[in-house]
Amino acid sequence: MKLRTFKKGIHLNEYKEFSQDKKIEKLPLPQRVYIPLQQHIGAPCEPLVKKGETVKTGQMIGRSSAYVSAPIHASITGEVKAIDKFPHPLGMRVEMIHIERTSEDDEWEYLPIPKNWEKMPRVEVIKLINDAGIVGMGGAGFPTHVKLNPPPDKKIDSFILNGVECEPYLTSDHRLMVEYTDQILKGMHIIMSLLNVKNGYIGIENNKPDAIEIMSQRVNDLGYPYQVVPLEVKYPQGAEKLLIKSVLNRNVPVGGLPMDVGVVVNNVATAKAVADAVLKGIPLIERVTTVTGDGIINPKNVLTRIGTPFSDLIDFCGGLKDETTMVFMGGPMMGQAQYDLSIPIIKAAGGIVCNTSKMVKMVEHYPCIRCGACVDACPMYLLPTRLAKLTEHKKYEEADKLGIQTCIECGSCAFSCPAHIPLVQWIRVGKMRVSELKLKQKVS
Amino acid sequence: MEKNETTASAQILDTQKNVQEPPKLKKDPREKLYKPKGRPLILASSPFSQTKDSVPKIMWFVSLALSPTIICSVIFFGIRSIYMISTSILAALVTEFVITRLRKQPDTLSDGSAFLTGLLLALTLPPTFPISGCILGSVFAIFIGKQLFGGLGCNIFNPALLGRAFLQASFPVKMTTWTLPRFADIHTYSGVTSADAITGATPLGLFKYENIVTDLKPLFLGNVGGSLGETSALALLIGGIFLLMMRHADWRIPVGFLGSVAFFGGIFWLVDSTAYPSPLFHLLSGGLLLGAFFMATDMVTSPITIKGTWIYSIGAGILLVIIRLFGGLPEGVMYSILIMNGLTPLINRYTRPKFFGEARA
Repeated sequence: MKLRTFKKGIHLNEYKEFSQDKKIEKLPLPQRVYIPLQQHIGAPCEPLVKKGETVKTGQMIGRSSAYVSAPIHASITGEVKAIDKFPHPLGMRVEMIHIERTSEDDEWEYLPIPKNWEKMPRVEVIKLINDAGIVGMGGAGFPTHVKLNPPPDKKIDSFILNGVECEPYLTSDHRLMVEYTDQILKGMHIIMSLLNVKNGYIGIENNKPDAIEIMSQRVNDLGYPYQVVPLEVKYPQGAEKLLIKSVLNRNVPVGGLPMDVGVVVNNVATAKAVADAVLKGIPLIERVTTVTGDGIINPKNVLTRIGTPFSDLIDFCGGLKDETTMVFMGGPMMGQAQYDLSIPIIKAAGGIVCNTSKMVKMVEHYPCIRCGACVDACPMYLLPTRLAKLTEHKKYEEADKLGIQTCIECGSCAFSCPAHIPLVQWIRVGKMRVSELKLKQKVS
Repeated sequence: MEKNETTASAQILDTQKNVQEPPKLKKDPREKLYKPKGRPLILASSPFSQTKDSVPKIMWFVSLALSPTIICSVIFFGIRSIYMISTSILAALVTEFVITRLRKQPDTLSDGSAFLTGLLLALTLPPTFPISGCILGSVFAIFIGKQLFGGLGCNIFNPALLGRAFLQASFPVKMTTWTLPRFADIHTYSGVTSADAITGATPLGLFKYENIVTDLKPLFLGNVGGSLGETSALALLIGGIFLLMMRHADWRIPVGFLGSVAFFGGIFWLVDSTAYPSPLFHLLSGGLLLGAFFMATDMVTSPITIKGTWIYSIGAGILLVIIRLFGGLPEGVMYSILIMNGLTPLINRYTRPKFFGEARA
């Protein structure tokens, strides 16, 4: 059988063997957590607690009145020690709520949940999901309730559950699918009822045969009409637009959203969080994070509270090897390098990868020889070398015309460049400048 | 310890609220950064993983793929071919070195591109070509053909071919004086009496001016008159296929180039098989294989888009057939590739692929 996939893209070394067979382990409650007021796309939260207040696990400690935003919750029971700027894994210093744990066990504050959510009005359930602070946990951190509430003129007919996990190293979604299959499927069921769609697809790359098997089996056992779609292993298949192309062969228009072609995509971890919130009343206070790489002593998949410092997880996994030179959050293709390991786990942190200089090489770059490797790799059909050069020469308007805003920053171009030119890095700068330029034009 | 510091810094913040002082960089309350062995972690922008390919690797692999051809040139044209090849490479390297120094650019000898240019130039020259001419050609190729445009990656025309074009224009007689290979079957050549020191013609020349068709077997092995590196189709195919398998050349270029030569050459052959040579003769004779596998595939001077690559390679094939059959010269690989090189920026501009999800106009 020919597996479905999209065109172009690249084949990567997976490095999933570090952690793909490691069972999810629960991290002991951390002594302190730092919960950033902004962990999502949209407006940052306003703190709801003051310094010195005691908070319970699951208590809402920050929220925003804006629609595109998600509240945050205390992930341990303890005392608020400070509300101040601390380093954030996405860079910069961001306002965070520092909670110091005071009790051995959690004192819970659950969300008010109905006996039977199916009888509840749709709006109420979506509000519940918003109150639970659920955001896309695949990496982008887009608030989930916004996705579940498409404008009435967009007819949604399909839902895709994203179990692709195309980044090398990361295995948290994989383990989640194997160990929390039922919860994920229940979450998917809730999301699909809220969207009122009939066609459910579960996209999983073919390098996770155990996940494909157990998901298909449980779908049958529980009597859901979902279709598990095995996909060819290719990067960046986990990107929303490309997953839709792979599974349904639809093209999301330039500048459009999946809802423009009648599709909503959610990550498996998000589906599990939805099930936890609606069925158990647990807000999003924990997630599975892969701690892996050749620079860590015992790679593991860890169930951890949001806000736990990276260093706690790294200690839990035996610590860093001496020759470790680089630690990044997320996968090696789109992750963020870190300089300080006291930064907290955020809702979208799929993994912590610790690499030695064997894996991450510093290389000099050569002039572009116009080989076209980046053009062959770009899944968005752009000309990365041209865009990078235009940015370098500050020709932002021309770059805009050549579709720089279409770039999804997957990094395939920079990966495949034999001259090792930082293509996607230039394009990121260009995208930023083009947005600024457009904003300026709008204002004037 | 950490706890104390946090509260201390918070207090400082409280007391300093109304004081107008330049904002001091506050010490991180969690004092020590968690680092392995006290070494700072490296920061970079993703992606953190990279292909194992590199520009020097590509250049050296292309040079390596030419080694069967070099061996064949020694077999058929004697040790002199080694002299020619090495002087030409040396001249290219020296020119590159001097000019990068003059331009105050970093040293680029190790990237292999100047080496490759010198090698390719030598392989396109007739076996009797003077050594001084080789030097002149290499200097021209690197200086005018490459460095004047801005060095590696900036040139519009293939430097080696530009060097050859310069030599062709400057020394038209020397560039068209051919010797026979050492083991040539002299009966193939009309009017040839002694094997040594004769001036034979290339199969294409013989066909064009005397309407003699060379047998396919010597053509395939390379036992015919011609430039150092172009005669042995076998050696070029070995190198070319190796190159394609290593993915250091775009397969579309040789396929498009050879395919269109065979197709358009074939049409003429079908129309009149006595006046026009067969497609197989077209493919095996002259510098076509050398050009299609090693010259036209030069990444710098070929288009970056897939559609553009097809236009480029098929266009070169059509031009070649026209020059060979109707032009004044017996061979047209050099000019057909150079013309398509010149069109490449234009091709790139007009073959931009539609973005993912862009409305089809």
